[in-house]
Formats: sequence, structure tokens, C-alpha cells
Amino acid sequence: MSDAPAEPYQPRIVAFFCNWCTYTASDLAGTARMQYAPNVRVVRVMCSGRVDPQFVVTALRQGADGVLIGGCHPGDCHYQEGNYKCLRRFDLLTRMLGQMGIEPQRLRLEWISASEGDRLRDVIDDMVDQLQQLGPLRLPAIPQPDGAEPVGAHP
Amino acid sequence: MSKPKVGFYWCASCGGCEEAVVDLAEAVLQVVEMVDIVFWPCAMDFKREDVEAMADGEMAACFVNGAIRSSEQREMAELCRRKSGLCVAFGSCSHTGGIPGLANLYSLEGLLSVVYDNGVFSNVNPEGTRPQLETSHPEGATDLPALEPLVKSLDQVVPVDYYLPGCPPPVKLIVEAVTAIVEGKLPPRGAVLAPDVALCNECPRVDSKPEESIITDFKRPHEVLIDPETCLLAQGLLCLGPATRCGCDSACINGNMPCTGCLGPISRTRDFGAAALSATASLLDNNNAQEISRLMDHIPDPAGTFYRYSMPHSQVFARAGLDNGNGGS
Repeated sequence: MSDAPAEPYQPRIVAFFCNWCTYTASDLAGTARMQYAPNVRVVRVMCSGRVDPQFVVTALRQGADGVLIGGCHPGDCHYQEGNYKCLRRFDLLTRMLGQMGIEPQRLRLEWISASEGDRLRDVIDDMVDQLQQLGPLRLPAIPQPDGAEPVGAHP
Repeated sequence: MSKPKVGFYWCASCGGCEEAVVDLAEAVLQVVEMVDIVFWPCAMDFKREDVEAMADGEMAACFVNGAIRSSEQREMAELCRRKSGLCVAFGSCSHTGGIPGLANLYSLEGLLSVVYDNGVFSNVNPEGTRPQLETSHPEGATDLPALEPLVKSLDQVVPVDYYLPGCPPPVKLIVEAVTAIVEGKLPPRGAVLAPDVALCNECPRVDSKPEESIITDFKRPHEVLIDPETCLLAQGLLCLGPATRCGCDSACINGNMPCTGCLGPISRTRDFGAAALSATASLLDNNNAQEISRLMDHIPDPAGTFYRYSMPHSQVFARAGLDNGNGGS
């Protein structure tokens, strides 16, 4: 056994960022060379309203410990009200997954405009911190008949 | 030429699927004309030994209803699978886990504790006796099947060739499936034997279906006088027609009740509960976070509503059930 302190657990976060605001904010954070936790895998979507709850559960199944959705501030949606649609789905999804044993801190919806690179940094750092306190998701594999490989086993 | 042999078996189910076979009424004559029923414990005197005595693959098809929770159900599912050419998951429980699948929201220990320890039910059990797998008595020993930690759909236990969806499967679909099997006109293996479009497509009320967000408040059927002509979603009722496969001839809609999703997802859907939730939540006509949260309180049990028939097929399979976190309360 080594005396070196254990590496802190590194959560995996899948992020769905709106093309018009939060994705641009992440570009800004990048060009401004802001330092933030490297635990996020970003998927660019045209609007937070495009984020089907199926994307969220699939990300969790495929190994994410948490899912972050970034959209435009209320009233600022490029498509008028896609972010509101996202808000309605997100509220209900968080409740449903809570019943199913997925802690609400694993799902996060944030409004981050194109100019808020610093806010993007703070949100990601904070979410990584929260997930480190929660620990890995450890979703049980979906059972398969004997002989077939279990699907989506979490490490 | 001898007729193809078929069997029916039930696992964790309510018996409604057996009732559906009886509901074939005159069509049952059509069915027995086409096939020989060689195994049907619910209705005819065949025993497990009779099935064990068959050659492997001797039955052309076996229709298995019910989810899998016990060791006995698993053994029987495996036996039926081995003895039949085609294994057909019959009904919602077998297809996607059904109502018994909702038990995956709780740990097995939590469920047993509620039933046997806490006196919640009417049984008086001061010593907290639990069912034993084996009991000896003067006449010998008796055993009971073991409960598995989670409820599974049939295809999570044995390979399934086809699915007959529904709670129970509509008579029309049963006759079509038997005919297809006898005539050898089956779709590719793994298919659900029902049309692959959503219920709204065949719904008689589709003309009044809202195009945009229009629900101001979610209502439950007992709270309103339901108009028998207008789309149920337009009336604020939680109808899962937009996410559910059709093939039932809108049975519930014609009974003036919203669709609860028993025929399960269409083939393009990856997760029924999430898809149904998406279709429902986006119809809410409100943009205020606090208001939305208050309105969502009117859906008291989202998991039981959107995964009513498909909890074991959820992408977030059974975290609650293994976590002990819910404890069966």
C-alpha cells in the first residue's frame, strides 16, 4: 500500500449547451484561458429545448455521473421559448429521477449567456465539487439473458 | 399435416393476459383451428413434467406473460424458451416489466418488511415470520420459490423473438400474431407485433389535439367532467397517446379515459418514461419557474405515471431498488 493520498474521485459530466449562449460562453471561457475542472464533455445543441429527457437518461446509462444543461436566460431564447420548454421538462424529470434513486444534484439546468464565461467556470467547478461529495452514480447494469453481455454497467 | 403446437404460460402477472385469450371469443375457434394448445396451466391440465417431456423446440411458439421475479418464474421461462421455436413476450409485464416492475422503486427487503414486519397489512404477525424457502413437517418438506432482488422483463431473462404488447394485448393483435406465426409471415426477429406509430395517429380525437403548449393545469380524471369528443390533452388530462404505440383501437380513449401507455414505446424510442414525460411537460403553458413547479405538484407520482408499465426497461434501471434508499416506504 502506498502512503500517497488517494486521488480525488473524478466525476464525468455530460453537458448539453445551447449554441447561442452557453456554448458561446464556453468558447469565451476558452479564449480567455479561464481555468476550470476538466470533467465536462460538452455536446452542442441548437437550443436547450432540443434536449430530450431521453438524452439525459441515456447519458447517465452510458457512464455520466451528472448531466448539465446550459440555456439562454429566460426571455432571451433564440427560438422564443425553447428554454422554457426545457425548464418544464427539467422540473418534472428531476422529480421522476429522484423517485428512481438519482439525486437531484446530478442534474443541473443553468442559464448562462454568451458573455458569462466566468459564470460557466463557476457552475462547472461547483458541480464537480458536488458530485465529488456524492460519489459515483453506480447505475446497475441492465440485465440480459445468460450468455449475453450486461448492458451499460457502471465502473 | 399436424397443426403447430403452442403453449401459454404466466409469470408475475394478474391473469388479465389469460383473460385476453378467453376474450378472443369466437376468434378462439379460428385460433384452435390453426394450432394445437399443448400447455396452458391456467385453463388446461398440463403440468411442468409434460413440458419437460417435450423435445427441444417442439412447440412452434410459447406465449409467456408476466414479469420475472421468482426463481420458479425464471426456470419456467427458461424451460418454455428451450421447448419452443418462438418465444413471444405476451403483454406489458412480459414486454417491458408492467405493473409488477414498479416494485423496482423499492428494495426487496423494504417490500418484505412492509408486508411482514410493520403490520401495514391486515395480517397479524407478532413474531415477524417471513416465508421460508424450505419448511419441514411430518409429511416431509415443502419448498417455495426464492424471490430475486429485482423485477425483470422476459427479455432480460431469456432471448425473446417477438413481443405482443398491451395490458392485456388487444384481441386483434393476438389473432394477427397467431396467423402470422402459422403462415410464417413474421417481421424480423425482435419486432413488436403492432403498428409502429403513436396512438395519436389512430385516435378519433386527433383533430382537436393542440399544436402548442396549452395545458394550464394538469387534471386527474376524477376531478373533471371529461368531454367525450375533445383531445384529452387539450382538456388538461395526462394522456400518454403521443408516446405510446397504437394497435388498441383507442380502447381507453373510447371509454373516455386517457391513455396510460400500456402498449409501450414505438421502435424509435429509447426510453418510454423519458419520452412520455417530455411530451407531457412541454405542453404546459407556463414560463415561470415557481408556477411550473407548483403545477408539477399535480403529478404526484411521475415515475409511476410515465414508467407505469416499463420501469425495468428504463435506462436508469433499478438504482432505487438496489440502493435500499427507498426502503419500501
